[in-house]
Amino acid sequence: MPQVKLTVNGKDVSAEVEARTLLVELLREHLRLTGTHVGCDTTQCGCCTVHVDGKAVKSCTMLAVQAQGRAVTTIEGLAEPDGTLHPMQAAFREHHGLQCGFCTPGMVMMGIDIARRNPGCDEKTVREQLEGNICRCTGYQGIVQAILSIANPSAVRDHH
Amino acid sequence: MHNFEYHLASDLEAASKALSGAEDGKLMAGGMTLLPTLKQRLAAPSDVVDLSAIDSLKGIKKDGDTIVIGAMTCHADVAASDVVQSAIPALAVLAGGIGDPAVRHRGTIGGSVANADPAADYPGGLVGLGATVVTSKREIAADDFFLGLFETALEDGEIITAVKFPIPKKAHYQKFRHTASGYAVVGVMVAQTKDGVRVGVTGAAGSAFRATNFEEALSKDFSVKAVEGISQSAEDLLSDIHFSAEYRAHIVGVFVRRAVAAMA
Repeated sequence: MPQVKLTVNGKDVSAEVEARTLLVELLREHLRLTGTHVGCDTTQCGCCTVHVDGKAVKSCTMLAVQAQGRAVTTIEGLAEPDGTLHPMQAAFREHHGLQCGFCTPGMVMMGIDIARRNPGCDEKTVREQLEGNICRCTGYQGIVQAILSIANPSAVRDHH
Repeated sequence: MHNFEYHLASDLEAASKALSGAEDGKLMAGGMTLLPTLKQRLAAPSDVVDLSAIDSLKGIKKDGDTIVIGAMTCHADVAASDVVQSAIPALAVLAGGIGDPAVRHRGTIGGSVANADPAADYPGGLVGLGATVVTSKREIAADDFFLGLFETALEDGEIITAVKFPIPKKAHYQKFRHTASGYAVVGVMVAQTKDGVRVGVTGAAGSAFRATNFEEALSKDFSVKAVEGISQSAEDLLSDIHFSAEYRAHIVGVFVRRAVAAMA
């Protein structure tokens, strides 16, 4: 079986996987990092979003062997070792960007990617950029405001 | 997904060798269509040859009056490219409207073109801009490349290495996104090139095509008025539960007029 070596959340990882093993399966089933979720398994919902070399990708549509030599960051890798939340995680809490929480790991990972690529953007841009991440609870309002509060604090509407 | 033998090709030669040595080999670019296809077991290749490690297939450069985009360049890089944005902004718009941000980080121009999905954006862009597909064996004009539903002029073992776009005087891409999939229900690329006006259409038929009746009218008079009386025939266009062939034909006309208005 193919051997894959990569870093996950800054740590060197090596695993024996089948060629067909998906990156999300490597993360969840081999490494037991179950913060990354599988919603649709068809590249649509975005629950499985992680960063590969700093860019948001859907880990249900990438083979584990394709992550050879790459740096993967999952939701587990965001907070500080002492538990201090990543600013995007803190923003989701502040703006009530979640209800049931199933889509949240993917939303946070995509939110960081959106803020990185679109500093100073407006709300419309955040909504457009979120089209690959589906939430069935929130109506998106809190999620959009949370991401906007990092990408462009002056554009946030629901101060509380 | 059935299992397969995975090959990470270091160069084109290694990719060709792995492919020809396989019982039923498949090339993988970004995998944005191939992996979902394998998951659904619509395909079960014995071998998958990954092209992502071949650096010579990546990158964007301006070569005289042509933009050359490596086959393994992802949509996000085309959309964000200063070179593309300044030379062919309509192409940057097209690339930035494919799928969603995560898909654009993985999906490639070469993969999209080789797959020739009838609703993909790039085929319409290539045809509309009069692009040339460069392969491991030859160069193929976009007009001769897209032959039908998921069917191209590529021969067995032929690998796309780049796409060359002549820089148009002006171009505009207009797309009706399917609200669920993001694919083009209809996409229209109108371009004023040194060889005349070109109108490339995707999403509407089995493969991308040129709307020649619009081209003829616009070549004589590039104005909205010139195409007001022109319509796209619904014959041979796609029809599904969402959109009839007649609807798609109507949208082609609307989008040509909107594109011309935007370019004025």
